[in-house]
Amino acid sequence: MASNDIQLMAHLMRRAGFGAPFEELEARAAKGYEATVEELLRAEEKPDWEEDVARRHMIGGHLGNAMPEIQGFWMQRMIATTRPLQEKMTLFWHTILCSGDSKLDHPETMDTHIDMVRENALGRYPDLLVALSRDPAMIIYLDNRYSHKDSINENYGRELLELFSMGVGNYTEDDVKMAARAFTGWTLAPAMNSFIPYQRHAFKFQYDPEDHDDGEKVFLGQRGRFNGDDIINIIARQPATARFIARHLYDFFVADEVQVPAWQTTPPRDPAAVNVLADAYLQSDYDIRSVLRVLFNSDFFKDESVWYARVKSPVEVVVGTMRLVGDHLTPAPGIESLVGAAGGMGQILLNPPSVEGWHGGKEWINSGALVNRVNFVANRVGDLSLPGVQRIVERLGDITESISPSDFVDGCLELMGSIRVEEDTRLALIAHVERGGPLVRDTEEERASFARKVGELLQLIASSREYQFA
Amino acid sequence: MMTTSTKDPVLVVIQLSGANDYMNTVIPYTDPLYYDFRPVVSIPQNEVVPIDGQLAFHPSLSPLKDKFWDTGKMALIHGAGYPNPNRSHFRSMDIWHTCEPEIMGIEGWLGRAIRDLDPTAENVLTGVNLGQSLPRALAVPGVPVASVANLEQYGVLTGIEGDKERNQALDVFARMYTPAVGSGIVMDYLAQTGQDILKGADILKVAPAKYSSTVEYAENSIAQALKGIAQVHLADLGTRVFYCSHALYDTHATQVVDHKKLWDDLAPAVCDFYDDLREHDASDNVVMLLFTEFGRRVRDNGSGTDHGSGGGSFVIGDPIKGGMYSEYPSLKPEDQLDGDLRFSYDFRGIYSTILERWLGLDAKPVVGGSFEQLDFI
Repeated sequence: MASNDIQLMAHLMRRAGFGAPFEELEARAAKGYEATVEELLRAEEKPDWEEDVARRHMIGGHLGNAMPEIQGFWMQRMIATTRPLQEKMTLFWHTILCSGDSKLDHPETMDTHIDMVRENALGRYPDLLVALSRDPAMIIYLDNRYSHKDSINENYGRELLELFSMGVGNYTEDDVKMAARAFTGWTLAPAMNSFIPYQRHAFKFQYDPEDHDDGEKVFLGQRGRFNGDDIINIIARQPATARFIARHLYDFFVADEVQVPAWQTTPPRDPAAVNVLADAYLQSDYDIRSVLRVLFNSDFFKDESVWYARVKSPVEVVVGTMRLVGDHLTPAPGIESLVGAAGGMGQILLNPPSVEGWHGGKEWINSGALVNRVNFVANRVGDLSLPGVQRIVERLGDITESISPSDFVDGCLELMGSIRVEEDTRLALIAHVERGGPLVRDTEEERASFARKVGELLQLIASSREYQFA
Repeated sequence: MMTTSTKDPVLVVIQLSGANDYMNTVIPYTDPLYYDFRPVVSIPQNEVVPIDGQLAFHPSLSPLKDKFWDTGKMALIHGAGYPNPNRSHFRSMDIWHTCEPEIMGIEGWLGRAIRDLDPTAENVLTGVNLGQSLPRALAVPGVPVASVANLEQYGVLTGIEGDKERNQALDVFARMYTPAVGSGIVMDYLAQTGQDILKGADILKVAPAKYSSTVEYAENSIAQALKGIAQVHLADLGTRVFYCSHALYDTHATQVVDHKKLWDDLAPAVCDFYDDLREHDASDNVVMLLFTEFGRRVRDNGSGTDHGSGGGSFVIGDPIKGGMYSEYPSLKPEDQLDGDLRFSYDFRGIYSTILERWLGLDAKPVVGGSFEQLDFI
């Protein structure tokens, strides 16, 4: 039923965004694939989300814990954005350059942190790393404010190398210490602890030359009186960094890789693809937008073998469902419950379990998480009052006078975003529809029953194994 | 009274995520080196709870001392670790979960134990995790483990109204989650998980309904997780291994405040859990293990402590021979390993002891070798 163009567009939008309703897929397919990629990449040419309007809905945070609102605010933005790739990349970096409120206990700082990530999400990687190193959330999260000229705290130096750029095995313990020394004096003003109650001050980056170790350092084989910026410039041009970032992008946008700690010993799923991306990184002056342009236009991305080769993260499940059913497209109460829903599936936004982020892929799935995934989506797509669900009912009703069970099932799969399922699944769904009797809709009563059947089928599709993949 | 030998032995594991600072949990309070190395992050001598002339508990462990240590039902295993300590949380936790310090392990040790306890996967609730996501320790492909965030709401398609409609939907769900040849590892894994949910949901529902107790657990996450474990245990569903996690012990900064808060939540929760079990005459077949991925640096960093090695574990329960096991690592600079406590006992020995002497399993294939066992059981 679906044209190849629309199926490919559905694949692109599941990856470069959070999925799209069928009407959007049609419109984008008409515009063309490459044009759509370009439009997604040039996010800043689209009108920004009306942030000030949404901010007006944030009122409770002044009185108590602002965290749910700030998490909800980002969730809201992902649902409503006209710049889906920018938001997807913000999420991508959030899973790698981790910071979390469980440690900060300072929601406003998490808010400015994620704004910083968004602003740099599609830019040059060293620019992002410099901004990250000056970011109050990171300075708190990895304790750089407690790293002093006389007694270094290695936490940031280590994770910068291990998790944010090169990966284990590409540097020595001495390099860790040298990096930590170079970032001494990168601290905060005012230097107040975050657990002081009722604090309303914002943390600001401050460079303290008095507390900076200005001595000579040998870092990754180079010698100099390096400061943090120098360290980042050296890191950014390492082939190991290029490969590490390339593999992360492949894992996030193309197909699930093994877990990061195994990368040292397990080769990439598609080494040639990772090399292409790593080269694009090095040749573009470390420009992430350029790497993504190569990625989305490559054959390895478009190939059907990588469609549905990623398990959706909980945030993708929640945001994608909201975009599909057309709920929470504008700020409204209840957004915090969506944050909680993703949390119940194993991903609490702005609160990763550790600095090493979430274990993705297959590890998103366990009995508890699957229960929550299935029920969350089923409850939304089965709600006939939601505009996106109503549109699906209407379009199905328009097809022909009499609709066969198999057309009915194929139509629902198509209108849920051009979803492809295994033949066994399709047959199970058709058998279910057949059991429900004829799909007539001549009378008011029959039309209501028809709508209910659509809702029920959408719930079953949402609970399928296939729906867990992007 | 406490001799119901027919009850199957049960293990409860609490993971202290983020690396608990053992030196500030079991404190060498008469060693001047301790105060030298910890000018900021130390517990003053007049505040510790002495065990003997050398070691003392952190004051927040007082409830555990009163209830378990003083009655001889708490074993301290000093210096638990492994050779060539890894200071990455992720990796070190993986090593504790998989017993594979050299290679990246895939199978969790408790998953293997569950497989050995129930080789035909007859009971999908032999292993139960109370938490949002499944720890690797419990993960072995093909071994069902129920990972339950909320006991009351466990089950799929709960939003479909009408018994007939829901049952029909569950039939379709079961059919869609039938493994098929050639559909791939993740699809098969999903199929297995879906089938396990259907089975487990029907059984687990009874636990909260059957439960009544005079014990009032605190609202914090670890207390609520232990309450959930008590409910399932008391419902007698054949669960042999329970798991839950408590976070976040990664005290690089402001440790004195944060570490106290963690143990102020954990210690009373463990006591409430045992009170609850004892009230129902269901504690004599339960052993509890508390572990963490590594210890922390000997020297503090002015506010907290960085990643180190040589942590420590606790084993608690009615069948436990309380006391101190293995050697408390020396703080002397010449004995340290790159500024860390040197591990004095391989953690796989703790697992082996529990597996063989408590769960009655052959430990060797589960932990990947033979390790010195201890006499705490």
